[in-house]
Formats: sequence, structure tokens, C-alpha cells
Amino acid sequence: MSEGGSFKDMNQIITVENVSKRFSPRLSFGEKIAARLGSPIETRTVHAVDGVSFAIRKGEVLGLVGESGCGKSTLGRVIAGIHPPSAGAASIDSAPVMNAAGRKTTTRIQMVFQDPFASLDPRIRIGETISEGPIAHNLVSSAEAKAYVARWLTAVGLPAEAAERFPHQFSGGQRQRVAIARALAMQPDVLVCDEPVASLDVSIQAQIINLFLKLRRELGLTMLFISHDLGIVRHISDRIAVMYLGRIVELGPTEAVYAAPQHPYTRALLDSVPKFVTDADELVSFKPIEGELPSPLSPPKGCHFNLRCPKAEARCRSERPPLDEQGGERAVACHFPL
Amino acid sequence: MTLLQVRDLQTHFATRSGALKAVDGVSFDIAAGEIVGLVGESGSGKSVTGFSILGLIDPPGRIIGGSVKLEGRELVGLPNAELRGVRGRQISMVFQDPSATLNPVLTIGRQMQLALEAHEKTSEAAMRARAVEVLERVGIPDAARRLDAHPHQFSGGMRQRVAIAIALLNSPALIICDEPTTALDVSIQAQILTEMKALARDLGTAMIWISHDLATVSSVASRLLVMYAGRIIEEGPVRDVLRAPRHPYTAGLIASLPAHAVPGRDLVQIPGSTPSLFDLPPGCAFQPRCTYAQAGCGVMPNLLREENRAVRCHFPLNGSGS
Amino acid sequence: MIDPSSPLARFWDEFRHNRIAVGALVVVVLIMLIALFAPLISPQNPYDLATLVLTDARRPPGFVGSKGFTHWLGTDAQGRDLLSAILYGLRISIQIGVMAGGIAFCLGATLGAFAAYFGGKIEALIMRIVDLQLSFPAILLALVLAALLGQGKGPLIAALVTAQYAYFARTAHGAAATERSKEYVEAALSTPLSPRRVVFRHILPNCLPPLIVVATVQVANSIALEATLSFLGLGLPVSEPSLGMLIANGFQYMLSGRYWISIYPGVALIVLIVAINLVGDQIRDQLNPRLRR
Repeated sequence: MSEGGSFKDMNQIITVENVSKRFSPRLSFGEKIAARLGSPIETRTVHAVDGVSFAIRKGEVLGLVGESGCGKSTLGRVIAGIHPPSAGAASIDSAPVMNAAGRKTTTRIQMVFQDPFASLDPRIRIGETISEGPIAHNLVSSAEAKAYVARWLTAVGLPAEAAERFPHQFSGGQRQRVAIARALAMQPDVLVCDEPVASLDVSIQAQIINLFLKLRRELGLTMLFISHDLGIVRHISDRIAVMYLGRIVELGPTEAVYAAPQHPYTRALLDSVPKFVTDADELVSFKPIEGELPSPLSPPKGCHFNLRCPKAEARCRSERPPLDEQGGERAVACHFPL
Repeated sequence: MTLLQVRDLQTHFATRSGALKAVDGVSFDIAAGEIVGLVGESGSGKSVTGFSILGLIDPPGRIIGGSVKLEGRELVGLPNAELRGVRGRQISMVFQDPSATLNPVLTIGRQMQLALEAHEKTSEAAMRARAVEVLERVGIPDAARRLDAHPHQFSGGMRQRVAIAIALLNSPALIICDEPTTALDVSIQAQILTEMKALARDLGTAMIWISHDLATVSSVASRLLVMYAGRIIEEGPVRDVLRAPRHPYTAGLIASLPAHAVPGRDLVQIPGSTPSLFDLPPGCAFQPRCTYAQAGCGVMPNLLREENRAVRCHFPLNGSGS
Repeated sequence: MIDPSSPLARFWDEFRHNRIAVGALVVVVLIMLIALFAPLISPQNPYDLATLVLTDARRPPGFVGSKGFTHWLGTDAQGRDLLSAILYGLRISIQIGVMAGGIAFCLGATLGAFAAYFGGKIEALIMRIVDLQLSFPAILLALVLAALLGQGKGPLIAALVTAQYAYFARTAHGAAATERSKEYVEAALSTPLSPRRVVFRHILPNCLPPLIVVATVQVANSIALEATLSFLGLGLPVSEPSLGMLIANGFQYMLSGRYWISIYPGVALIVLIVAINLVGDQIRDQLNPRLRR
């Protein structure tokens, strides 16, 4: 059974059921023949997302944290309808996000990407970038598009004249505002944000975080906020989900998880973040996790964290721990939770 | 003892729209064994400062003025052949992306041997022993066997360790680290930060730690230099600066961190965007974004020193903290 | 960046520093203009049989004909003024080259971009056919097709397009596969926009730089290919002599010392093709090292 199902009564809008996403390396024709003939050509598959189930509640911000390669961006793209899942499905109000042919069937979920230099088409004016989706989906007529674009530009703190310009005429922070306006102009209920401030200058990050907070208050948006920055996620999220090598290992209300993590990985991750040290007497401000992140091509059997876990026992090396509820709306995938 | 003395360093880039003053009058000292954090946003000139110290500025960039003295020896204007003798031997560099240092077609051992030979010819066995020694020093398990591996056989974190090991080979007096952990995951970053601190302590190697992340710098460096638009705007012991910043920009950066806000509430934000170096305002470059700006800010403030702190501001904050 | 000038202005700024390329561009533009205004500037209409005087046939350059004007490049076997014939021939050659290149561009770029967009079986099918075709020499394919389809402008252009679209498809596929993985395409997918709009409005415009390079080279190739086919008698009918046919017509007189009938059309062809290639080379050099993000 999916763990997401157990939150059914809680007014959930997005349900992710047993979603997996595998990427197989593309083999050339010759390699396929060679593989058939038994040559040791590697046909290894990356399990970017490995049987993940959870739900997002209406109006909440769910933070999704994890290190690079843990599958958080892929999971975000499956939910946003960009990548079809290899197994399982993401749904919004019980309607699947993608049809069987792998095409997105809803406009209620929109996405904001990490790199505003790559996520805006360099050859298209801002106005068209924002209005093409709403026009294509009849949210606004071509005649009213200009005023519509101006409204959304104003909402994200840009002047209406920006519509006439091209992306290269803007700074990184301004481009990210444009990307947010594009997503909002589709009038979504859910916004998937993939590291939306990671490529911005430090002094600009706070501006964009504040913009998200404001939009959430004003529009009642539900958000999936993906980030590797634990400080930012803590600030913006109501609940957080921690991912490790394709699986969610812990899920719960943000403050509760930060205060008392139940999965050894969450604990280690929180400890390894450099704290902001201002007290002259304080010594080393973090404790590193032992060992390397295993390759997602060959994750260990059982619990994926067992190689680095100080508490690992024989059972952890053979049996995958399910994401079990712990009470207080918390869930953890560990045989021996803290 | 002063190891490195930088005075009024100016590195400009010639462009079609005029000279881009990437580094514009930077001065600081580094004592032997000291770790100094050099913090700034993109375009602040922090990396160009690091490259200028090593003379690694290619046209259209040029060091047009100032002096860089290593143990009293002037490096600016030194012929390339002599600079090569300094690089790697007395000063080495670690980059954000270790593949900038590592040659993909050579084994780690071969590359380390080449780095050693460039400065001093010894026996093959001695060089191998030295290579194993530094690899173990940076925490690479089974170092002797790993010498025969190619860079792609290492993970990202391990590759950065190898790059650091190569930087250590000739026991340099100074290592310039340009965002060495930015591309790494937090758990790996924590390991490397710990190693680097131990290195500086045990070997007495001085470091310039270039980063945009105040929290990372605060956990390794003892002194902090903050750059904005090509100039140093604040300097002082790390924890003093972070506890009681005197420049409004430093104060704004610190205050904007989520750690200093109530979750869910608005963060303190610095308005505006990072300035274009082509189009700097007259006087203090931070003035258009500064909440304390007054008429006098149209004149460039000097870097005012006071005991171990310095600030480039006409109206410095008196440091009760944020 | 902050540079106020448009990408095109910067491109031209760099282009004009290469004198050879600028010279070649001037030549191309001049030839184009001459071809366009051929009916106005040529001394004779070479297609109007009434103006031809058979006694003036095969006269050397500089001969003053019975109509009272000088044949600066001599006359051909029918007494046609060779200069006029070359001007009209250029007109036809360029017309066919540009049309064939243009159609091949649209067809090939569309196929390549859709192959990259959809991936999987569609991509495999399209690109296999393209690869198969690229493994034949274009001239061979064009020869077979020209022989099958018969004479005339339409069949000739069809043969040239079939022989050449594969180059565009291959280039567009490579460029589009790169664009396909960029975040702005993912953004279009998450909106979602229709595949047609994503390909034509977003992916293809961003693939233009490499395609323009291929296009310049392929227009030159089309012209050369057309000349070859016409030379072999598989191109245009005799009533519309292109440069290739002029060369073929004079070929039999080469050994008897009447070199001009073949040589001058040949020179015109070479100058045109070399000039187009020089311009194309410079565009390629400028686009290659700094692929704009």
C-alpha cells in the first residue's frame, strides 16, 4: 500500500503514488547487437526515483530536500508533467497529471526552474513568453494579452514595459521574476519550484524568497519547494520531505523534523551544514557524514543509507524500510528510527 | 609575520564598452598560516583578485597597477618563467571545478609526478612516496593503489580532494581556494572543510578562501574580507564582522539569511540588483541600494582602519549587530 | 550581457573585419543584383530566337555583330551574345539554387527538429533514413531522380531537394537535441504547449545559427549540382539555358580554339560558388567558437 493513502482525509491536492523514474543509457544500434551477442556492454539503469509515495495538501508548502543526484529534481519534473514516470502516477485531485501517451493533461501545475538564464527562450520577448501559454489554453484572448501580461509583471514586481524586452536585458533576479510570472499567468493551483534561488546572488535570494511568500499569501498557492539549501527550506516550508538516492526517507512538519530528526540521514545532513558562527568561543560548527554518496547506478541493497549509517545492522542491508508513520504527522523510512 | 602583501591592486579588462574595472584598488595582508575569507557576489572581483595574485590574468584582462609581494618579493611584472616557479611551489590554487586542474587522460600518479618534477627533480620512488603522503593527508583511502587511477574513476568529492592534494605537493606557503566546495554536496563539503582546517593548522599553510557563502567562510576563516564591485568594503576578524558588521552591505547580507528570520515571515532584503561594472554609480558603489545613503555618499569613501577592523563607508554602523 | 547593440549588429561588426569575406559578400550581392536585373542590363534577350543571327555564331570576344553592338564575351553556336546568355544563366542557376536550398532547409530542419523533439522510434526512423541517404553521394541520387522525373524546373528542384534535405535534417537534429534538454523547452512542456508550437516557435529559431551555415554551403552546392546535371543533359530544357548547359554547349568547340563559349560561363559559375563559400566560411567561423547561450 502507498503511504500517501494514509493522509487521505487531510484535504490533499497532489498525490504521488509509487512513482519510479528510470533512465536507461541510450545504446547505439551496434551496441544493442553486441549486447544481444553477450558482450559485456553495460545496460545499467539509473533509478532516479525509486517507488516514492506521498501527498501534498492544499495550500501548504512542502519542502523537498536532498543532495545532488538524490532524484529530487526528477521527482519535481514528474509531478510537473515534464517527465512521464516509469511506474506509478502523480495526480492532482485524483486526475492524473499525464495521459498514457506521456502528454501533460492539466495546466493546474506549473513549474519554476533553477537557472533563469536557461529557462527563458532567449529569442522571444518577455511579453510573449508570459502570454503564449494563457493564449494557447484560452485563459485570455490575444486582444487582452497585453493587459494580462502587465498584471502579472506587476504582481512579481516588474514594470509593465518589461514585456517589450528580451531576457538578455535583465539580471538574474529579474529573469527569475519573469519565470515566476510565466508560471503564475497559467493560474495554477500548484507551483513546483526547482531550486529557484540557487543560481541567484546572495543579496537577491532574499528578494525572491519574499516574493514566493507574498504570492503564497495572496494567491493561496500550494507549493513543492525543491532545494538543497536546508536554511531556505526551513524558512519557507510547512512540511519537509528528505530524499536520499531516489527515496523519501523522512517526512514531517518542518520544525519537528529540524528539531528532532528521526532518520539518521536527516540527522547527519542537518549536522553537516555549516552553521553561521558569531560566537568567538564556539568551535567547529558542523559534523561531516562519513563516506561518499553511492552511485545511483548501483545503490546498496536494503536501506540506501546503510553504507554510511552509524546505526546500520544486518536487516538494513537486506530489507528496504517502508516510509512508516510515527505519529504527530511524521513518517520515517528506517528500521531503527532515532 | 606577513606572508603576502597586496597593495592597491588593479586588474582591468579591456572591452568594447571601455575598461571593466574588475579589481579596483584592493589592498590586504595575509600572515603565515592564516586563513582569510574573501567574500562577495558574482562580479565583485573576488575571483579575479585570486587570479591576479598568481598572475593568471589573460588578455583582454591586465593588471594595470599595484603590487603583490610574497615574502617581500614583488610578483607583479615578474616574467612568466619566474612566475611559473612561484605557482605550485609557493602559491597554489584549488578551483571550484577540479577538472580545471586534472588532466583526464593521465593517471593521478603521473600528474602528481609532473607537478613535482616541474620544481625539483628527485627519484621516482621519492616522488611516489610524496604523492601517497599528500593523498593520505587529504583523506583518500588506499592512496598507493589509487595513484594509477584516472580522474574519472573518482567521485566529485574525491576529485576535489585529489586537486587539493596536488596543490599541497610542493608544500606551498599559500593556497588560494576559489569556491572549492560550492559544487559539492553539503555532506561532502563538511568533510572537505574539516580537512582544510586541519591542514592549515598542521602544516602552517596560509589560505585565501574565496566564497559567496558567509556561513562556509565563517566556519573556516579567521579573518574576513568583503568585496563589492571591485573593492574591499569591509575587513576584520570573521566573528567580529559577522556579529557586528559595520558596512550596510555586509549587514544586509547577514540579515537576509533565513537563519535570522522567523520561519514563514519575510526576510530582510537588500533592494535592487548587483551593479554592472560598466555602469557604477559615482562614489560608493552600494549607495543606490543602501538604506542609510545620504548626499555625502556620492563621494568615494576610503577604507577606514580602526584597530583590526576596516570599513569603506561614510556612515558605518556602530556595530550592535543585526 | 550589457552590450546595447543587438546580436546582429555585433555579428556584422565582427564580420567586416575579415576583408576577404566582405569582398566575397560584395561579389555575391553584385551577382545577385545582376541576375535579378538581367533583362534590363543584358544587351540581348538570348531566349528570343528572333534576335539571333546565325552568321554571328561562334565569334570571338570583342566582335561587333550585325545588330551593331559589341559581343564582349563573344557568341555561341547559335549566334547568341555570350554575356547575355551568362547573365540569364546566372538568373536561372541562382533561382534554382536558392529555391532548392530553401525547400531543403524547411523540409530538413522540420524533420530533424521533430525527430529530436519526439525521440524514440520516430527519431530512429527519420534519422536512419537520413543517415542512409547521406551515405550515398548527392550527385548519384540527383542523377537518378533527374532521370526518373524528367526535364524541367520543377523536377530538377525536386531532385535537388531530395539530394540535399538530409544535410539540413542532420544539422537540425543535432542542434535541436541540445535545445531539447534546455530548461526553456521543459518550461514549454510544463505549460503545456503543443509540440508544433514548441518546435517551430522555440526549438527551431534557436537552431538557426548552424542551419544558416549549412544553408549557405548548400545553396552553392545546389548551384553546382544543377550545373552538373544540366551539363550532363539531365537538367533544364535547351530553351532555358542555365550555366551548366552553356558550358556543355561550348564543350565541343573547346579543342577547335573557341574556348570562350565554355570558359566564360565556367568562370561565372566558379566566382559565384567560391564567393558564397567564402561568406559561408566566415559565418561558420564566427558562430562556432562562441556558441551563444
